[in-house]
Amino acid sequence: MSTGTSVRPAGSRRALRSGGIRWAPYVFLTPFVLLFLVFLVAPIVTALYTSFFAVERSGLGFGNANESVFVGFDNYVRALSDSGFVSSFGRVLLFGVVQVPVMLALSIALALVFDSAVVRWKRFFQLSVFIPYAVPAVVATLLWGFLYQPRVSPIVELLESLGVSANFLAPGTVLWSIANVTIWSVTGVNMIIIFAALQTVPRDMYEAARLDGAGELRMALQIKLPMVLPAIFLTTLFSIIGTLQLFNEPMTLRSITSNVTGDYTPNMSVFTATTLGGNINLGSAMAIILGLVTFGLSILVSVVSNRRRGATR
Amino acid sequence: MTGPSRRARLLGWLFMIAVGLYFLAPVYWLIVASTKSTSDLFSTPGFWFADFNLWQNLVDLSQRDGGIFWRWMLNSVIYSGLGSVLMTFISVISGYALAMYEFRGRRIVLAAVIGSMLVPQTVLAQPTYTLLVEIGLSNTMLGVLLPSLVYPFGVMLGFVYARSSVPPELLEAARMDGASEWRAFFSIALKLLSPGSVTILLFAFIGSWNNFMLPLLVLSDPRLQPVTVGLSGWSQAAITIPGLQTLVIVGALVSIVPIVVVFVSLQRYWRSGLAAGGLKL
Repeated sequence: MSTGTSVRPAGSRRALRSGGIRWAPYVFLTPFVLLFLVFLVAPIVTALYTSFFAVERSGLGFGNANESVFVGFDNYVRALSDSGFVSSFGRVLLFGVVQVPVMLALSIALALVFDSAVVRWKRFFQLSVFIPYAVPAVVATLLWGFLYQPRVSPIVELLESLGVSANFLAPGTVLWSIANVTIWSVTGVNMIIIFAALQTVPRDMYEAARLDGAGELRMALQIKLPMVLPAIFLTTLFSIIGTLQLFNEPMTLRSITSNVTGDYTPNMSVFTATTLGGNINLGSAMAIILGLVTFGLSILVSVVSNRRRGATR
Repeated sequence: MTGPSRRARLLGWLFMIAVGLYFLAPVYWLIVASTKSTSDLFSTPGFWFADFNLWQNLVDLSQRDGGIFWRWMLNSVIYSGLGSVLMTFISVISGYALAMYEFRGRRIVLAAVIGSMLVPQTVLAQPTYTLLVEIGLSNTMLGVLLPSLVYPFGVMLGFVYARSSVPPELLEAARMDGASEWRAFFSIALKLLSPGSVTILLFAFIGSWNNFMLPLLVLSDPRLQPVTVGLSGWSQAAITIPGLQTLVIVGALVSIVPIVVVFVSLQRYWRSGLAAGGLKL
């Protein structure tokens, strides 16, 4: 991609050197820009284009030739009148309203505990919280899937011996079983981000508060928490985006329960329409809708949080 | 200065024990379950060992379908290992170019990078698949490898690290000594950027080891699939094939061992690096 600019006749060094400065950034950026255009811009353009067409079988003497026909917004109308697709948004919204606050509260609590002098063995505990993040979502789901299944799970067994009959895979509970897997997976990385933000708070602020007689808890809530709001905002934003994209966990759980349908989440609807449904055009329209909703929600969250921050200042 | 009260310490410990149990018990269960035969898996207490059957399970795992499991592992190493090394290099050199040079188009590239950080990877999976079908890369290794090389967040991190850890005076001095731009990058900047690069590499690796939707769409040939896709296929088949559940468990354990080892040994990078990058954004 880039030719070795180090091989140059010595005499013309000065002139070529300034030329090097001029061209170097373009050479350095070439691989990224090319890949960016081909695998980020082009897919979006292709999906947009595809979403306005439909494949029609023209059986009149042409054999089985398939023909792409421009259909305008038909695929979008179809997607939005597909009750499974629309209700999958409601489902991930419900999921997010519970999962994001629970997960963030746990991450914040952990970060605050690690930042305080309350416990020892911090490195060990931090590592244990972070290890699940290294486990791929698919494997995490397979793993928890065994812990949810009545015949294998020691947890179900334990609950039964206590007289509680738990069904983690029932239609009403499976969503929260998925939420549990995601909380287990991503708490660690959010904890690390918030913890690192806490570490940058000047220590003398705490000393002053201690002299005033503030306890650990009051210090955590009144001094530390407000200082790390930007980090909490960042993690909230990523979590919300992640919630809308939910795919790996529910898709994997389908192998052990029929209570997760093929259009359980928006992304699964996209997948199912494209593969099982064999309708790449409809799938593209759904992907575009999902992208727009995600984008809109990210903007909304940042606007709301900026206004909040402005108000408290 | 007085430390935290005894009550605070006690509550802290109780909290940490509960947290430790929650995060580690599933991993512990996986290790225990990997050592059991299929019949013991269903008939003995889940959190304690029965007859030690791990080696036999590993042999079964290696022999199933002509040893396809190791093929999946190899594929994952190619997609994630090779993929994240290439992606890290591309991210670092691009971030460096954006941070150290003034040139026409710089603002456009930066804006494109920041804007595309808001486009989630999984939303792109279906459009990427559509494109791959168009250009004939569907069901090929390149079809999974190449799209994973575009990672705007990595470029952004590269940009942040270059700005904070490569002093422009050092580059100027290198130029005075007659070093080309290419050499200045490779022999000076890359060394200064290596801690940041390891962080990018780590998260790139996790991200692509986690990648599921795109390979699931693109790869219909089992011999090209990464281990996540392969194992979930087995899990699906396990409903009708009894012995397969044990293999899913052992396979899951084997597939996370390398990544956990990498994580534990690179602790100092993820403890500081990601957070530092994340905060400066």
